[in-house]
Amino acid sequence: MKINKKISLSLYYQLLRIRMVEERIAGLYPEQEMRCPVHLCIGQEGVAAGVCANLDKRDYVLSNHRSHGHFLAKGGDLKAMMAEIYGKASGCSRSKGGSMHLIDLSAGFLGSTPIVAGVIPVAVGVALGTSMKKEKKVTVCFFGDAATEEGVFSESLNFASLKKLPVIFICENNLYSVYSPLSVRQPKDRDNLAIAMGYGVRAEKGDGNDVASVYQITKKAVREARRGKGPSFLQFDTYRYREHCGHNFDHELNYRTTNEYDHWFKRCPLDNFERKLIRQGILDKDYIGRVREKIGNEIDGAIKFAKGSLLPEKEEVFSDIYAP
Amino acid sequence: MRKLTYAQAILEATDQCLANDDSVYIIGLGVTDPKGVFGTTLGLEKKYGKRAMDMPVAENGMTGIAIGSSLVGMRPILTHQRVDFMILSLDQIINNAAKWHYMFGGKLKVPLVIRLLIGRGWGQGPQHSQNLNSIFAFVPGLKVVMPATAYDAKGLLISAIEDDNPVIFIEHRWLYGISDNVPEKMYREPLGKARIIEKGKDVTIISSSYMVLEAMRAGKILKKYGIGAEVLDLRSIRPLDEESIIRSVKKTGRLVVVDGAWRSFGISAEVIALVAEKGCGMLKSAPRRITFPDTPTPTSPALAKYYYPRAIDIVNSVRSMFGFPEKTEEGAGMVSNIPLDVPDKTFTGPF
Repeated sequence: MKINKKISLSLYYQLLRIRMVEERIAGLYPEQEMRCPVHLCIGQEGVAAGVCANLDKRDYVLSNHRSHGHFLAKGGDLKAMMAEIYGKASGCSRSKGGSMHLIDLSAGFLGSTPIVAGVIPVAVGVALGTSMKKEKKVTVCFFGDAATEEGVFSESLNFASLKKLPVIFICENNLYSVYSPLSVRQPKDRDNLAIAMGYGVRAEKGDGNDVASVYQITKKAVREARRGKGPSFLQFDTYRYREHCGHNFDHELNYRTTNEYDHWFKRCPLDNFERKLIRQGILDKDYIGRVREKIGNEIDGAIKFAKGSLLPEKEEVFSDIYAP
Repeated sequence: MRKLTYAQAILEATDQCLANDDSVYIIGLGVTDPKGVFGTTLGLEKKYGKRAMDMPVAENGMTGIAIGSSLVGMRPILTHQRVDFMILSLDQIINNAAKWHYMFGGKLKVPLVIRLLIGRGWGQGPQHSQNLNSIFAFVPGLKVVMPATAYDAKGLLISAIEDDNPVIFIEHRWLYGISDNVPEKMYREPLGKARIIEKGKDVTIISSSYMVLEAMRAGKILKKYGIGAEVLDLRSIRPLDEESIIRSVKKTGRLVVVDGAWRSFGISAEVIALVAEKGCGMLKSAPRRITFPDTPTPTSPALAKYYYPRAIDIVNSVRSMFGFPEKTEEGAGMVSNIPLDVPDKTFTGPF
């Protein structure tokens, strides 16, 4: 299945925008003004862009600590995200959450949390809620490979399948949990797809660095969910370029080989898709230049907004502990 | 007024909330089984269909699922037959339920009630009778309610279900069979407000849940000795009704805190710390705490009798404040022929 020009351009735009935002954060982080951990998704943008391109505004997304890309791809407000990372009162979580706790209700982004797998059952619950209310919505949950090692992953698959809930589990397999590779965490022949299918959940895997393929695989899952056919588990292999947490490269730690890194770097989701679209005559240098400029201006504006926003007042410590 | 048992009061509160609001649902192991969580959920499935659900044995996952549904407008009631199983869900309770509202700047709320059972006796032992109330009360963002009477069980449960925050609703198995005047209509008792059960001027006895009954028994005996005990039922331990505690202690000048849970770092420690901080100089004698010892619950009734404090322990604690010698249960006229491991003669185990 070939994807049309309009969708291709929109996928490209998302990839580039996420990349440019993340690169900007990496550039500004050393200023010490963003005083919270950041988990950059540079290298993994293909999954966020490909998955969310299938969702409507009414659909819901929940995510983990590495959520900037998911937030942006779902239509989350960039200014509010940047202000949140800068700890400002105008941030999307009113400065209470920081980079690891993004939310944008108007975009259907219901929250991101860093306790690995903690958000998976919550997403299933969101799908349960929408189905009890007979709303035609799909809920997507992003998590990493390590989350599949937690008990709630299985608990969530089981219940989602039992109730045929419209939820899509997206596993971004970037091969590492902080510095721990898959080899020390999962048996060699572990097959997450088989695990999901064992619960009666349809499962598929794909190349997370090929945005078009992510888009197409997810499209089927979204269609099934909308038709009341229940949950899907999708695993996309991908790779993060930077350190687990922070803005640096971490080659000196030697937990990843240069070969491995180069292999994935050559498979950059952005560069490869750009080349492909140029080959197909969909993109040209002029167009790329204009899009880069547009996104660059948008990011400038967001950073200006964030830096110029007020820090929260003391009272904010004590507000929102309980809902009124 | 008609009488209902504590269990019937919980069932009626749940039933009325389910009828009143389509977004309320109840889920938990055994909700639809023939015993219906000690009778508190009987008949709900027949009336409300899928809004009364059994569930997989997956405490943490199911808590997250209940949380997720609450984020999009449902009002789940999650039940556990023993608190000991609920410990498996502390991740979701502490990391998500308690924090979602705060960490996202008040943009979403978690109107979730988690009902759980505590309780002594009949050899329930180390993993079937713990009372972990202070673990939950420690966490900002959670409310913790521990009703002692059928009237409060209904009024507080309705308030808990209608509250927009996660509420841990702690029920004691020995209270289920105890009857009380309970109005038929829906009524609400405020969360975070204590109740004075018995007025008195000489000593304040503060307790919650089942231990309120022991405190009331103690109050009656103390009256015989000319000591007026003010018995305060906390009803909620978070928020803690500091004002009522301080007001009573100010009046009596003496304080005994009774908690059906462990001693160290518990409610008794918190209440005494509060009085030390805010009521310094009010006390005429050192405060006392009557609690479980800091050991796991032993199973054999031969050991359990040394584990669970009773009214006589409260009586003696108060008597000692006034310089009176200890009494035995017999000496205090408290002898009953009910064994110590059952709530009353009708209870013959094993569940």
